[in-house]
Amino acid sequence: MIKIAIIGFGTVGQGVAEVLMEKRDYLRQIIGDYKVVAVADSKGSLIGDFDLLNAIKIKRERGLPEGMDAMEIVENQDFDLLIETTITNIETGEPGLSYIKKALKRGKNVITSNKGPLVVAYSELIELAKENNCKLLFEATVGGAMPVIKLVNNCLAGNKILSIKGILNGTCNYILSRMEKEKMPFEQILAEAQELKIAEADPSYDVDGIDAASKLVIVANALLGIDAKFEDVEITGIREITPEAFDVAMEKGYTIRLIAEAGSNGLKVSPRLIPLQHPLALQGTLNALLIKTDLAGDVVVVGKGAGKRETASAIVSDLIQLYG
Amino acid sequence: MMFTLIVELKDKPGQLIKTLEPISRLGGNVIGIVHKRDKITPLKKIPVEISIEIDENKVPELVDALKASGITVREYNEVRLVTTSSLLLVGHIVHTDISDTINRIDSTGYAEVIDLHINMPQLNEPSTALITISATGKENLRKAVELLKVICKEKKILVIEPINEEFS
Repeated sequence: MIKIAIIGFGTVGQGVAEVLMEKRDYLRQIIGDYKVVAVADSKGSLIGDFDLLNAIKIKRERGLPEGMDAMEIVENQDFDLLIETTITNIETGEPGLSYIKKALKRGKNVITSNKGPLVVAYSELIELAKENNCKLLFEATVGGAMPVIKLVNNCLAGNKILSIKGILNGTCNYILSRMEKEKMPFEQILAEAQELKIAEADPSYDVDGIDAASKLVIVANALLGIDAKFEDVEITGIREITPEAFDVAMEKGYTIRLIAEAGSNGLKVSPRLIPLQHPLALQGTLNALLIKTDLAGDVVVVGKGAGKRETASAIVSDLIQLYG
Repeated sequence: MMFTLIVELKDKPGQLIKTLEPISRLGGNVIGIVHKRDKITPLKKIPVEISIEIDENKVPELVDALKASGITVREYNEVRLVTTSSLLLVGHIVHTDISDTINRIDSTGYAEVIDLHINMPQLNEPSTALITISATGKENLRKAVELLKVICKEKKILVIEPINEEFS
């Protein structure tokens, strides 16, 4: 019996809980029996014997009841796997960083969807997992449902990864592809994206390239073996791009997309000219990654970079990687 | 990079091979050879124009090797501007002295702005330009692009680079 604690019970945490219930019979065949023994968020928690679907209902209706706080659960409760889905803070990594560290120190496996802790302390966390003979998996942190970490580590095992270029922020890609089509100013398309809930009320995390840069730091560490920090990324956002820029680019057969790139020349997130027929000239909120390898040549992967079920897909795939 | 060499060879067998040997040894790839028999020198030597693709760092060694084996190297020069790259600039391109921007690239001696396509929507609004730079080799093109980025940073112009890692 795998005992699971879910810390962070927002969209992602609930999404995981739903999939764990929905696919129970199927998952049991692959990883054996499992049970969620704790759910917690910043305000409350449930531990022990409770119905997971009911927990989701309670959370939505009135919030989790006050109880043992999240850190106490991670420190003292009996579980085998921590699924950490708290809110991202790329400056401190908290609160996720402390939860993950504590769980790893206790020798518990951790699956996280939270970029913050990895951006702040990638090598420290990997080292900690090794020392304590447990695993830290984080497929959901980069590109949502799009397979990246396991694609490279499993399917492309044996290859040296020479460079990685990709679209790691769906919001920016949506804005740029709409600007390309509609020839409307950035502010107008941004407002439209905010209305559609594709962009946040404070869009800076996305449009200034911060989110893409965080994912790039994780990719550079995990796949290229570069000991990179957030400060190492040269970042240019998309605010200054004009509709006329698309006119001029398209006359020559190019469009513009925000590209995150890691390779021998360092780490960079910036708008780039992309030939219209290039695999990264994507429309909408899609994410994509072009991986240059020594044996397999170029590999391109495209998928949904965000969303409740998409993120749950990545977390469940980590779960099967761990126990399957 | 592409490189053209004019040597003067005696009109007798075995002369050309002496020239080709060091080229081959230094990893050069011969693109073309033209014997200019109509321009025989007063000393009855034939000018031969050889075009090669070679690592630019190996050029001095090649010329020295040819001279050492008694071949007269009349002249050699890089074929200019073999690689180009187009970049997009967004900002106050004209008001920040576009001719200064171009001059600073052109005065490097190894790169030139060969095309500039500007779109100016309205007075005082940022304009857009597609700037095409040519250089004498990939390394020089990279240097020219870096220089352009420095200039644009000074002038607060956004530079949008092409995705291709290899400039071609």
